[in-house]
Amino acid sequence: MSERRNMSGLTPSQTVGPYFAMRLPWPDGPYVVPEGTPDAFTIVGRVYDGAGNALPDAMIETWQADQDGRFAHPDDPRGASPAGYAGFRGFGRCETAADGSYRIVTVKPGPLPTPDGDIEAPHLDVSVFARGLLDRVVTRMYFPDEMAANAADPVLCSVDRARRGTLIAIAEPEGHLRFDIWLQGDRETVFFDL
Amino acid sequence: MTADVTVSAPAITEPSRLLLPVYERPGPAVHPPLDFAGYRSTGLRHPKRPLVLLPHRLTEVTGPLLGSDLITPSDADLTMQHDGEPLGQRIIVTGRVLDSDGRPVPDTLLEIWQTNAAGRYRHSREQHPAPLDPNFTGIGRCISDAGGRYRFITIAPGAYPWGNHHNAWRPAHIHFSLFGRAFTQRLVTQMYFPGDPLLALDPIFNSVPDEAARQRLIARFDINLTQPEWALGYEWDIVLRGRIATVFEEPHL
Repeated sequence: MSERRNMSGLTPSQTVGPYFAMRLPWPDGPYVVPEGTPDAFTIVGRVYDGAGNALPDAMIETWQADQDGRFAHPDDPRGASPAGYAGFRGFGRCETAADGSYRIVTVKPGPLPTPDGDIEAPHLDVSVFARGLLDRVVTRMYFPDEMAANAADPVLCSVDRARRGTLIAIAEPEGHLRFDIWLQGDRETVFFDL
Repeated sequence: MTADVTVSAPAITEPSRLLLPVYERPGPAVHPPLDFAGYRSTGLRHPKRPLVLLPHRLTEVTGPLLGSDLITPSDADLTMQHDGEPLGQRIIVTGRVLDSDGRPVPDTLLEIWQTNAAGRYRHSREQHPAPLDPNFTGIGRCISDAGGRYRFITIAPGAYPWGNHHNAWRPAHIHFSLFGRAFTQRLVTQMYFPGDPLLALDPIFNSVPDEAARQRLIARFDINLTQPEWALGYEWDIVLRGRIATVFEEPHL
């Protein structure tokens, strides 16, 4: 039976290449929540290479809990938030523009329990895809106004103190959060082995 | 570590009883290294610092369950998206989405994109002087069924030149994007065709270190999937990271 052929092994990753924009972006991709959702804000940023050039051909994806720190997913044993946030998708996708910028419109997730009894600070899991990346790279975005929660977060605590700042967004005057991603170089973002 | 933080969300009850699955971590030979000299664009784009281990917690074991609200039936038939039929060899590409522990992955979104028969992408930055086909866009979507099975009808893509090195040509391929059921399972990859002489020369295909893993990127021609007088059939299974254990299955007593 041909069914047995691939059973034992994972399918390898290959680069998204330069032409994913044919398919992957959606008009409402950057909207984790619908426009006009109370407390929604915009994350803006650029993705930079080792020469300091912003990538015009990268794609960002984000995944996060709802405002109560819960997921409408069978593997969150607590289930979806009873508050039932209308239109909350949890997922965002945005390709970078010619100037290398991306944006995600979302709400702040709640803190999350862990099986060990710790509490994770509010965060987004972030994937970066691009030509020249043979596999996605994964990072996390934390919030600048959660200093106490960040200080207790088990993932942030596992990261070299000098590099933790690369995982924390920067508040901008107009209410945006800036989260730039440096693939390489002196300011290289912390990436995770998932 | 104690959780002596002020939380604004409702109290989290009984955190010590939270039970989550854990996903397999691929060995180093399965996925390509991020730094691969043969593929020049990796040079300035690969992280140089060691990756930090990320335990699988709530954000990692969940993921977007993007559903049928995104899909129309013609999304899975790339030959039916225009008034006329596209030029080229009509093919059926089908298979199953599986976990590495052998279980089907049902109800998961697959997205594909590819060149037309002449090796030309419909994309504004595409430079290859091959003809566009007004009847072929080269993009598709479908959702795996209850048994993890997916099926696309399309046109065999063409090879095309690229600037990586002198006389560089990408072997014909179809890009696949999959979500699985969890953030850990997200996969973007490429499917190749059997017997393509360009495979041996392609740095992207050959960036996969393990020979057996590389072969898993190549679809299998199947005369039984081939439909008489109509289309060639190819089978390609896609295997995502499975769960290695759950506390439910292996209680720590």
